[in-house]
Amino acid sequence: MPEDILYSVRNLTVEYQTRAGAVRAVDDVSLDIRRGEILGLVGESGCGKSTLGKALMRLHTGPASITGGELWFDGRDLMKLPLNEMPDVRGAEIGMVFQDPMTSLNPIQRILDHLTETIHTHEPETSDAAARIRAEELAERLGIRRERLSEYPHQMSGGMRQRVMISLALALRTKLLIADEPTTSLDVIVEAKFLDLLQELQKEFGLTILLITHNIGVVAEVADRVAVMYAAKMAEVGDVNDVFGDSKHPYTQGLLKSVPNIRLGENELYKMEGAPPSLLHPPSGCRFHPRCPFVMDVCHTQEPAFEPVVGDHLASCLLYQKAGVKQESLNG
Amino acid sequence: MAEPKSMEVTTAVTGTAAETGDLVRVENLRKHFPVQTGFLASILNRGHIPAVKAVDGVSFTIRRGEVFGLAGESGSGKSTVGRLVLRLLEPTDGRVIFDGIDLSSLEPEEMRRLRSRMQVVFQDPLASLNPRMTVGQTIEHPAKIHMTDLSAAERRGRVMGILSAVGMNPPESFYDLYPHQISGGQRQRIVLARALITRPELIVADEPIAMADVSVRALLLDLMMKLKEEFDLTYLFITHDLATAKYVCDRIAVMYLGKMCEIGPLKEVYELPAHPYTRALLEAVPVPDPRHRRNEAMPAGEIPNAINPPSGCRFHPRCPIARENCSVDEPLLRELRPEHYVACHYAEELLK
Repeated sequence: MPEDILYSVRNLTVEYQTRAGAVRAVDDVSLDIRRGEILGLVGESGCGKSTLGKALMRLHTGPASITGGELWFDGRDLMKLPLNEMPDVRGAEIGMVFQDPMTSLNPIQRILDHLTETIHTHEPETSDAAARIRAEELAERLGIRRERLSEYPHQMSGGMRQRVMISLALALRTKLLIADEPTTSLDVIVEAKFLDLLQELQKEFGLTILLITHNIGVVAEVADRVAVMYAAKMAEVGDVNDVFGDSKHPYTQGLLKSVPNIRLGENELYKMEGAPPSLLHPPSGCRFHPRCPFVMDVCHTQEPAFEPVVGDHLASCLLYQKAGVKQESLNG
Repeated sequence: MAEPKSMEVTTAVTGTAAETGDLVRVENLRKHFPVQTGFLASILNRGHIPAVKAVDGVSFTIRRGEVFGLAGESGSGKSTVGRLVLRLLEPTDGRVIFDGIDLSSLEPEEMRRLRSRMQVVFQDPLASLNPRMTVGQTIEHPAKIHMTDLSAAERRGRVMGILSAVGMNPPESFYDLYPHQISGGQRQRIVLARALITRPELIVADEPIAMADVSVRALLLDLMMKLKEEFDLTYLFITHDLATAKYVCDRIAVMYLGKMCEIGPLKEVYELPAHPYTRALLEAVPVPDPRHRRNEAMPAGEIPNAINPPSGCRFHPRCPIARENCSVDEPLLRELRPEHYVACHYAEELLK
């Protein structure tokens, strides 16, 4: 694995067992997260982006399970790790921030106790006083005044709770922070400040951040690279300027055009026809073909490969894959 | 204008309202929610009960046929205004005048009849729909209450007509389905259809597309605009999302902590925001273009408590251009330019 890649997901498949049959929420997805970058992972509800985020920590329980693939994190395959060793990785090396901080925080525990408990769990040798000092310094850096650490979660505002969540992740010097819709429950001004903070932390702590969101604007604002998912598959990955400036996948193109833009003079939004498919019975060939304005005959039958179009800009679309067309004519 | 006391006066007022083209006039509206306190606290306070001043003296008009946007962050009071306009809440003070009729003067039965002319659409369609009623029953329900002269067959025909107007085609295939059997976007279409069956004039839409995915949002917004033309609707469009408001609203009002900051034609407010808060709010909206990343700093602090709001201008503790008198004198809404109202002492400076 190249040195600049912190996390390499290879052919990951996650299935949910349902009464109607197995649903592949993440289907043969590969993705690299580079050291020190903010990677934005976008897609609509049900595209599998949150399932992918959880799979990176092997957090799945109940009906969900990882049925294939490799999870190379910092030089080792987490899939080969016994499950009982995963808690050492979670929190200590990979931290996670969810949409609703209130459901992630213990309502009857003071904020300071949350922080010191986290430190003690992973570093039992740290003294109480040292853990306390570290917690206080960290909280102060994130704009939470020292005296507020003795408060309970319900006494804080939504933006402050979300900062507490980040401080929990940073208390252990996490290498990778997975933030799943971290600003969705926040107001725009609070959101803007939170995004400023994320960028500062990225630089200060050399943090790598996977930012999972449905909010295209947020990704454009802070991400270095963008990954777009559609119907459990990776549609496109590339540098933020390339994906926004010259998107390759027709789904990305439609998605970007349908996002309200406060700066543009246009008064019409692009309306993408149809709706994302059911993952119980995904369409044959390319999953986007029933909605694609550039659909070709081959798209109905052949699944596109996820491969580079130009340089580091990858897309799974047959429009760019001459090889795919050839292969079909050979078979036919 | 004298307060209408009888129906006769009300009719007279209707005439003037029709001339000015105002469908809704909100005058100095207030809504204070008392805070629950303990017995001891109530004695110590000597009977004075603290209250959340959710809406604290708000006035505006909605013109017939326009989309009037009401924007603000959580706790600004925008949703409370929406409920007060429909008289789903009783105001603490002030009046709502709908088509010349003072809502507070109406008896419950008169109010009930008037409700067929004003409808509401909320954010979460699943919470607004009865899970045990089919799509057909849901849409037909208001017609059964308000349009008693129609026969069952006529009602069914109307339901089918409305269903295809909201893009649920063919209507027969949806009529007998339950809310859980259709998608989120389709549910919101059903809520719209139910709102439209009584042929209302005003629709209060409170974050109607906030729950929908990006691609569905564009379709719903487009539908709402088509329906507006088809049914001659007037919208009060309540939203926290200024980017979305841009695509639908004719005029926009911005609220902060129960007060109105700015009202004006959408284009002008977006191009020349005259209130520092409006400006920050517009600046904070993430732009889906990595070449336009935000550089401006955001206002310090967070929205203060609405029980003890700051004195003077409520935005002064966070305002970048605040001066001494801002903490004392409350700025009144004034007409800065034609049709463009702002509540800030130093709005002129911001426009320079």
